[in-house]
Amino acid sequence: MSVLDRKLLRDLFRLWAQVLAIALVMACGVATIILAIGAYRSLEETRSAFYDRYRFATVFSGLTRAPLQMKNELASISGVSGIELRIVKPVLLDMPGMAEPATGIAVSIPDHGEPAVNRLYLRSGRLPEPGRTGEIAVTEPFALAHRMAAGSRFDAIMNGRKRTLVVTGIVLSPEYIYAIGPGDMIPDQRRFGVFFMPRTALAGIFDMEGAFNDVALRTHRNADFSEIIDTLDAVLTPYGGTGAHDRTDQISHTFLDEELAQLRAMAAVIPPVFLFVSAFLVNMILTRLIALEREQVGLMKAVGYGSAAIAWHYAKLTLVIALIGIVIGSIAGDWLGRGMTRLYAQFYSFPFLIFRQSLDLYAIAAIVSAVAALAGSMRAIWSIASLPPAIAMQPPTPTRYRSFFSGGAHHLKIFSQLTIMALRHLVRWPVRTLLTAFGTSLAVALLIMALFSFDSVAFMVDTVFFRTERQDATIAFANERSPRALQSVAAMPGVLRAEGFRATPVILRYGHRERRLTISGMTENPDLARMLDKALDPVEPAPVGLMISEWVAKLLHLQVGDIAEVELLERAHRKVAVPVSAIVESYIGLAVYMRADALDRVIGDGPRLSGVRVKVDSSRLDDLYKTIKETPAVAAIALQGLSRQRFRETIEQNITIMTSVYTALAVIITFGVVYNSARIQFSERARELASLRVFGFTNGEVSSVLLIELGAMVLLAQPLGWLLGYLLSWSVVRGFESDLFRVPFVINRSTFAIASLIVVTVAAISALIVRRRIDRLDLVRVLKTRE
Amino acid sequence: MDNPIFSAHNLTKVYRSGEVEVFALRGVDLDLEQGEMAVLLGPSGSGKSTLLNIMGGLDRATSGTVHFRDQDLTAFSERQLTRFRRDHIGFVFQFYNLIPSLTAWENVALVTEISPNPMAPEEALEMVGLNERMTHFPAQLSGGEQQRVAIARAIAKRPEVMLCDEPTGALDSKTGIIVLEALWRINEELKTTMAIITHNAGIRDIAHRVFTFRDGRIADAMVNEKRAQPAEVSW
Repeated sequence: MSVLDRKLLRDLFRLWAQVLAIALVMACGVATIILAIGAYRSLEETRSAFYDRYRFATVFSGLTRAPLQMKNELASISGVSGIELRIVKPVLLDMPGMAEPATGIAVSIPDHGEPAVNRLYLRSGRLPEPGRTGEIAVTEPFALAHRMAAGSRFDAIMNGRKRTLVVTGIVLSPEYIYAIGPGDMIPDQRRFGVFFMPRTALAGIFDMEGAFNDVALRTHRNADFSEIIDTLDAVLTPYGGTGAHDRTDQISHTFLDEELAQLRAMAAVIPPVFLFVSAFLVNMILTRLIALEREQVGLMKAVGYGSAAIAWHYAKLTLVIALIGIVIGSIAGDWLGRGMTRLYAQFYSFPFLIFRQSLDLYAIAAIVSAVAALAGSMRAIWSIASLPPAIAMQPPTPTRYRSFFSGGAHHLKIFSQLTIMALRHLVRWPVRTLLTAFGTSLAVALLIMALFSFDSVAFMVDTVFFRTERQDATIAFANERSPRALQSVAAMPGVLRAEGFRATPVILRYGHRERRLTISGMTENPDLARMLDKALDPVEPAPVGLMISEWVAKLLHLQVGDIAEVELLERAHRKVAVPVSAIVESYIGLAVYMRADALDRVIGDGPRLSGVRVKVDSSRLDDLYKTIKETPAVAAIALQGLSRQRFRETIEQNITIMTSVYTALAVIITFGVVYNSARIQFSERARELASLRVFGFTNGEVSSVLLIELGAMVLLAQPLGWLLGYLLSWSVVRGFESDLFRVPFVINRSTFAIASLIVVTVAAISALIVRRRIDRLDLVRVLKTRE
Repeated sequence: MDNPIFSAHNLTKVYRSGEVEVFALRGVDLDLEQGEMAVLLGPSGSGKSTLLNIMGGLDRATSGTVHFRDQDLTAFSERQLTRFRRDHIGFVFQFYNLIPSLTAWENVALVTEISPNPMAPEEALEMVGLNERMTHFPAQLSGGEQQRVAIARAIAKRPEVMLCDEPTGALDSKTGIIVLEALWRINEELKTTMAIITHNAGIRDIAHRVFTFRDGRIADAMVNEKRAQPAEVSW
């Protein structure tokens, strides 16, 4: 080992606390790169492999009923490589040990052989056999939630009759990676499941022999989707085709797309924050170290070391710090990545989902971090490498200060001399001061970004569940029924209030823009499901025209007074022009409303109901459930009361995890910045501080010089952090906006306060660690030497 | 000599580093009288700085006692020593130890702000002839000027004792004499007791008494019958 390397090692040991603090900040950058990109790749590649191997369809369409003989016609559409004509029906499930009914979707599979598209992954057991009645395969999350195994039984209301189903196998489908029940905001594995039944058996139950009501097809690689969709629509319209669509309107696929987009955003925003801060810290520590070693460097140059050798010596120091950060960050990133993947496994069902550890990812993270560290060290290294030896060996020229804060006349005592010392030091190195404040403010901003989601979600839950969707349950009928059905529901046990609604799937079009969505018909004076204006006050439905949510208005560029085209998907794609009468607020889905009578007129076949929203006496819930389970007309029931609770729980669990991670990250940034800053100030001023002790200042008074200086920077960081946090949170909200949901942008004042409190506390602890060094100052030694 | 302001008795200081014991002081007895100017001479490592540091409350004796008036410094806590330095002692060091971020005036005010009975910083700077340069920072002052600011800072609190460790060590003869004149004047006008450490034997002539140190002991004590003026000091 060369002598210079020995010096390097000793420097590292001597500066271990600062080295570690920087390495930790850098580790956060490395870990978040590995976490975000690793999780992105895991999810993306697993999904893609699952889609390919199990032939996930690319185009989908529902319809009322069509004969199976159409198969050849459909398969011959140009660009179609595989097709499956299925029966897909909603069913109500009566699960053992569960009072409330669960909702299910029954999907047909071929009697023999594998489906051409949307194949099933068999986790355990076997697929159901066509001859045996009631045999089914169920999706894994539902099976796990009910501890099912081959042989388990449960009852289902199918086509108005209660039947007992027997589980033969547990399966996974590329179509239901993310499975969410109708009307739910978040998956509930207990209350929603998908099961598969041989087509003859399912056809027998639903009177669909020789017919199908759902098409899923796969296309050739370069097929023209819009042409296939148009052809499919033309063929299926006479059979009640509800409009073909590609994967972007497939819920499971879109949800995963959203998740992937968020991971991409995380990879783009978070790691650069840490890499920037660590580059700054490297710059700070190296500048100081080199200032202290100036004379040594002069000596080394004088005895013949070249500038390159000196530069490489300090570059190596930087690289060792980076290496420590990379090792810690890789381990942490791997650990977090596994945790993240486990979390995904709760929400998404894949046959396998592992956190992919690819070498190139670690290499990228390592290189990016090393480059950031070197970039931070460049200026300091250049300054010392380019200094001629004779000048390097002289002491540096004394620091010149400017007389800020003297308060004009000397007798005007605004600040004590100790405070003036602190403030002049801050102003003397404005870039460093601002960067330190900026670094600290990033910690505040990260915390606000993590914490504000509590505020926004709480606000969203309050708005959605307590101001708009105030019903306890939403009952959906299997087929549209006459308005008399409302009385039947109102007469059910425990029902306090019932409001009928009609929902019809449409394509809403304005100019060249269009969206598939559902128009909900509202009663005249809704009390359970209400519409809110932009100020979130309830509004009465307008007698004519569409009331569209702000998001739909934005997507289609619609304003009040515009005439939109409504294509009725369940009415042979008939097109009707309807004016927009109001714009309302909605956070979920693509909400469009009309007053029921107006909607009935548009559809044109008299008043009908798709379902009923009810408010229930909670003490009689079980009776209601029992009645519903025995009511053939009910296809599905969404339980808003349970949804609300589950939504809160899930979101809170996720936010708690996220907040802990971000708090840890913010603590590391704050500690890294404040501790290093304090150590460097202390190093620069050790002599001054010792002098103050000699003159009779107490430890507390002497510390105040450092603490005032740090305090000023941390204080400056707060408003800056609030601003950055506000902007970051806003961009997060904008990034989350999708057709599925929009999170309202709400930050409570307490969030700013909590973020600041955490950062100030960590900063205070970091400063106090350094403060202890003041107690140990060697007064005698410091007076005998020059700076 | 019956009312010493400082009285050291059988003072010993041993530094231990590892196995090695270094005797910095080996039983020193010394009294300083009120208003006296004492010069401590001797080679490096002879113990004079150690004695000064113990008298100033910067260091602690291994054994023996030091009394300031009737208080035993060796029994003082860290906090009491800080208080003692703050209220009674003025220090002047070879490298001035000015605060670079404070102007001359502010460097003096730094000390007067925490003193019970200080003079105005202007007055102290006036006494060392620096009233013209009050708003200058240390980096804008020459070595001699910086040392005079340090002296002004030491006297501004009206200390009973000034302890000066090589006050002219970093200065040339001309500026050294100006600094000595400042010290002389303070001793004469304010009757401040002074102990001055120096390597420069010429300075002995301005003292009332001269103590020569060797190997941690006072090898010689001498009384000047007639003090010389600083200007007469041969450098």
